[in-house]
Amino acid sequence: MLSMRQRPKTLQDNQVRNDFVIRIGGDTAIGGVISTGENFTAAAARLGFHVFTFRSYPSEIKGGHAWFQVRIANRPVLSLGDGVDVLIAFDQEAYETHRGDLNDGAVLIYDSDLVRADDGNFTHYAAPFQRIARQELDFVRGTNVLVLGLMAGLFGLPVTSLEELVRIRYKRRAELVGKNLQALAYGFEYTKQIRKEDKYYLGTSDHIRRLVMSGNDAITAGALHAGCRFFAGYPITPASDILEAMARELPKLGGMCLQSEDEMAALGSCLGASYGGVKAMTATSGPGFSLMTELLGLSSMAEIPVVLVDAQRSGPSTGMPTKLEQSDLFHALYGGHGDFPRIVIAPASVEDCLCRTVYAFNLAEKYQMPVILLSDQSLSHRTQTIEMPDLPHLKVVNRLQPTDGRDGDKYARYALTDTGVSPAGIPGVFPHAYVAPGLEHDEYGHPNLSRQVHEAMTEKRFRKLASVAKETDTPDWAPRYGHPRAEVGIIGWGATEGSILEAVNRALEKGYKVAAIHPRILNPLPETQLRQFIASVRRVLVPEVNYQGQFAHHLAGQLGVQPIRLNKIGGVPFTPGEILEKIEEVMTHA
Amino acid sequence: MPSRSATATAARTRTEVVPEEVGLTAKDFRGEVKPVWCPGCGDFGVLSATAKALAALQVMPHQVVIVSGIGCSSRLPYFMSTYGVHGVHGRALPIATGLKMARPDLKVFAMGGDGDLMSIGAGHLPHACARNIDITCVLMDNQVYGLTKGQGSPTSPMGHQSKSTPYGMIAKAANPILLALSYGASFVARGYSARPNELANLILEGVRHQGFSFIHVHSPCTEFFNTYDHYDSLVEALPEGWDRSNLPAAIDLALTDERVHLGVFYQEERPVYEVEARQFEKDSQAFDLLSYLQRFA
Repeated sequence: MLSMRQRPKTLQDNQVRNDFVIRIGGDTAIGGVISTGENFTAAAARLGFHVFTFRSYPSEIKGGHAWFQVRIANRPVLSLGDGVDVLIAFDQEAYETHRGDLNDGAVLIYDSDLVRADDGNFTHYAAPFQRIARQELDFVRGTNVLVLGLMAGLFGLPVTSLEELVRIRYKRRAELVGKNLQALAYGFEYTKQIRKEDKYYLGTSDHIRRLVMSGNDAITAGALHAGCRFFAGYPITPASDILEAMARELPKLGGMCLQSEDEMAALGSCLGASYGGVKAMTATSGPGFSLMTELLGLSSMAEIPVVLVDAQRSGPSTGMPTKLEQSDLFHALYGGHGDFPRIVIAPASVEDCLCRTVYAFNLAEKYQMPVILLSDQSLSHRTQTIEMPDLPHLKVVNRLQPTDGRDGDKYARYALTDTGVSPAGIPGVFPHAYVAPGLEHDEYGHPNLSRQVHEAMTEKRFRKLASVAKETDTPDWAPRYGHPRAEVGIIGWGATEGSILEAVNRALEKGYKVAAIHPRILNPLPETQLRQFIASVRRVLVPEVNYQGQFAHHLAGQLGVQPIRLNKIGGVPFTPGEILEKIEEVMTHA
Repeated sequence: MPSRSATATAARTRTEVVPEEVGLTAKDFRGEVKPVWCPGCGDFGVLSATAKALAALQVMPHQVVIVSGIGCSSRLPYFMSTYGVHGVHGRALPIATGLKMARPDLKVFAMGGDGDLMSIGAGHLPHACARNIDITCVLMDNQVYGLTKGQGSPTSPMGHQSKSTPYGMIAKAANPILLALSYGASFVARGYSARPNELANLILEGVRHQGFSFIHVHSPCTEFFNTYDHYDSLVEALPEGWDRSNLPAAIDLALTDERVHLGVFYQEERPVYEVEARQFEKDSQAFDLLSYLQRFA
């Protein structure tokens, strides 16, 4: 019999795999599918392991297949990895759905009463978990905690770390703490009776406490740090948790959160608050973003700063509400009637969500225009280990206000300036009263529909975008990785960065000359950075999770490049392997 | 602006140095831009009544924001000396809501036509009424789409022939007073643009009312649906000794169409949204990112 508290003696050092992917699947009606994964992840992260999670759930409230995946390692993990090393199947559907994703040497853990798994290629750990929970523990709801104990035993997580977590999670329901601890211990002890035959074992970690947060958590934190004190939103997956967090946090900070009656009201009230001098944000997904489009034009026309988070999901129409896609890019870049500037920022990781949200507010306030922050379901809901942010890099910028116009000329809210930016009066302040106009207007904001004024004002508004570009055409906004003299260059955007990076690293190990650039700002494009990059490689590859190749199209239009496209749809992110495969294909044919 | 309270402080500081704090007249609230309305347009009466009401309040123009939608009537903010937003068709109420929540120190108006408030933006009215946010909402109702030159509107009477309803309006006309009462507005009144002094008093009462005030104004369109004669003959004051706290009576009165009553139909005292939403304000703290992030550690 093998004690699971130490590294299994049957494994040699070089055989141990301490970077692996666990996937847990089951019907949401069972309950605990997601929470089992979350608890295991949280315990591992508290010990200093690096985690990267992904979840996929049905749009039904009760019932339907859900799954949670975590990649755990004792070094930073950039992506959700390739395939599955450990599958925990709570029911037959979970086994059937995911067996195709299992890697060689994978482990199957399942309830032997509920799942028939006959695949001989894998290591099986099966037991009647539910029956044990009912008969031995008289606590059928403890099944998932029992499995948690089993996982700790099998993969080398100290049971004490999970005990601590159970105490925290159930602190409001003391009667459940004891029952759950019992189930946990049962699962953990159970592993002593089975022989470990797989090679997955976490081993040692650095015990440094890092942050584990989701993209939505990071966006909320970034917004609050940037000074956002008004939020309005209408519930929509996968953006609702930003609304919920804001509703909880803003009142404590003297701010205001409004659950609006629809998305037009959401962006409308943000513009009202921002006109009043208070930094404002809304968060939505594709359908809501579509409804907001008309007000986006007002924001740009009347030069009222606002940050609009679009947590993209699969479209069109209602599409696949709980699945990711990067298919709102055209809408973000070009959506709306008339010519108007807007800034489009796409954070690439959870860490990035925090700092880019701060920069989004800074740019919105400094240049008085809408900033669209494009996230997607995988980034919004993934949790990831990140380091504590570096505060000096998160400086906050505020709106330029008129100094005083009382002694001089009449206040010209929309004064024509070299940068395009004109000081914005704030209601309540004498004597800067002006009307924020949806109509074309002169420097005072008075309606003026002459051709000359429309030309001058359109140019003024777009001049601001040129000013933004001067500030954002930098390596910080478009970091480059990989081989300095690469043959194949990858241009990615948004949440695909981790997979691209990992694919590039593996390609470099294989001797391929590959590089990648990952702009965080998509409008205005960091043109110099991109042109230099494109000029330095022989072929350009653009992977993105949409059908039309929206970013490739944008790059073609803006920079004249004709990239090779790699598109994926279907609601799951790119794996590093998929991108590596394409790199190899391009290298072979280059 | 780092926070709302900082904004408010800035506003206060500036206000103190304004020389003429008292003795404002209606003229002080009129802006430089000349109204673009047709001669005889009812909206002139609303403009004048609004300026009069603000003068009576002795509030400074820079402490007032008039938010409007799109349409003839929604041009009104340009003709005032106050702050204003001439926004998006139908969205005056949401914009005003966000502004009032963020800046409760300001007097906020939402003004628009029957297209704005009864059609494209009608979905916002129930929520503004239910929240009881302290906004003065003035519906300038000409029962027609004037700016687009004469199409029928939700308040056009049944059978009304217009360019878009050449065989007569089939739908029943919306009843703004009845809607506002049933949505739970805490102040509901009706005025007539041809009686600007009475209207000024209603607006003044509306602004003084703590909570959402809805003022329905018949504001005829001389060009496409001239109803002056119609309303001149139908309008009358509310019945003698009218009890404005009686909701069922107000609803009954709103349902009569033999006469068009002017005055305050209904008023109640109710908790005000932006006040309730600020219940923690006195304990509010500055945001500290590093301590906030501890919850994720």
